[in-house]
Amino acid sequence: MQEPALQLEGVSIGALSDIDLAIAPGEVVCLSGPSGSGKSRLLRAVADLEAHGGRIRLGDRDQAAMHAHAWRRAVMLVPAESQWWHERVGEHFARDMPETLAELGFEAEVVEWSISRLSSGEKQRLALVRALSYDPEALLLDEPTANLDAQSTARVETWLTRLIRERRLPVLWVAHDPSQIERVGSRHLRIAGDRLESAL
Amino acid sequence: MTGVIDLAWWQLAIAAALVLSLAGCMQLARVGLGGSLLVAAARTVVQLSLIGLVLEALFAVGALGWIVLMAFAMLLLAGREVMARQKYRLVGGWAFGIGTVSMFVSAFSVTVLTLVAVIGPDPWYSPQYAIPLLGMLLGNTMTGVALSLDRLTESAWRERAVIEHRLMLGQTWHEAIGEMRRSAMRSGMIPIINAMAAAGIVSLPGMMTGQILAGSPPAVAVEYQILIMFTISAGTGFGTMVAVSMGSRRLFDARERLRIDRLDSR
Repeated sequence: MQEPALQLEGVSIGALSDIDLAIAPGEVVCLSGPSGSGKSRLLRAVADLEAHGGRIRLGDRDQAAMHAHAWRRAVMLVPAESQWWHERVGEHFARDMPETLAELGFEAEVVEWSISRLSSGEKQRLALVRALSYDPEALLLDEPTANLDAQSTARVETWLTRLIRERRLPVLWVAHDPSQIERVGSRHLRIAGDRLESAL
Repeated sequence: MTGVIDLAWWQLAIAAALVLSLAGCMQLARVGLGGSLLVAAARTVVQLSLIGLVLEALFAVGALGWIVLMAFAMLLLAGREVMARQKYRLVGGWAFGIGTVSMFVSAFSVTVLTLVAVIGPDPWYSPQYAIPLLGMLLGNTMTGVALSLDRLTESAWRERAVIEHRLMLGQTWHEAIGEMRRSAMRSGMIPIINAMAAAGIVSLPGMMTGQILAGSPPAVAVEYQILIMFTISAGTGFGTMVAVSMGSRRLFDARERLRIDRLDSR
């Protein structure tokens, strides 16, 4: 059985054109670039939320050959701003995640919390837990620690990198902070005009 | 059965004098609506006189072709009205198309069914029955369809980030907009449900009142009013469901992407 790995061939969206990128199982590719350069749109293209050119594959499955919702559940985009629609936190999860919540410093009752009392940092961490509760096969993370203090950031990084390694998930991680890229990234790509260039 | 007392124009003038004196009082009290009141009153006179002439001619001819033409003219005007009442419209003629098609599907089929299976005039398209029935159905279905489409597009616009985040988690387009579809259908159905619940208690429905004034025994008027209420609720309900289903499908493309660019805000 072939391991899932994420592969982009000749992808074009917005200003970016003809992007080739292969992400191995368990590899974290960090993506940086000035705001408006198209980082988030590239993630949206991979998640098939926007029309785009080129071919994207997860393992041996082709994006165009899968139902869009099944594809999105597999590649799992976590946007910078999370949205919540039910009354309580727990209703948003696909399954109970007690260990994960504890690892990120939440008490077990957080699933009963009302959405209106969450801070932006709590929302961001809980959005990650929610995404992982769906057991994705890849992760597209858009600045996953932007609203977090140093301590929470460290906690999230530790948890995510361990989980990515264990589940051998290919990850595309949009980040600004060079030290974070240093800590979590296997590779670092920067957007330069209409293409990606290696930042190492 | 009592005969109908025909009204002479000078008798209507007495009612018109009431409106004129109201306009005068509003002017004195500086309410500022006197002009609008007079224009609206004038429009009522002109529009109803014209439709009276059209109906007189239609009743005299009674040919199926002319009745169908009249019915489609009413349908297209209703479709235009549905479109005009939406703040965020589907582009490319879809706002008009979806409203018109859903009213056609529901109001027309319910009207034909009622004429053929329930009332049974001879011929079935007899304009004295067909045109008022269709008019009532279209008018109410139009309100329901317009309210529900407006609610649907407005909530999709306002909650587009939520819809997209639901899609990101792997929900189908159907699941992602399901709550908004249901609330849109509810808002289209509530007026007729309220009207049925309050009928006869709070107010005497206009059609029934008219029929009694025209000399029908109240029992017959009641029967017709119940028939109309039921057909209106069926027409409104099915029209609303068709419109919301088509409208929400149009908000997504074949890859289940939310296509908010297909909405144009006025």
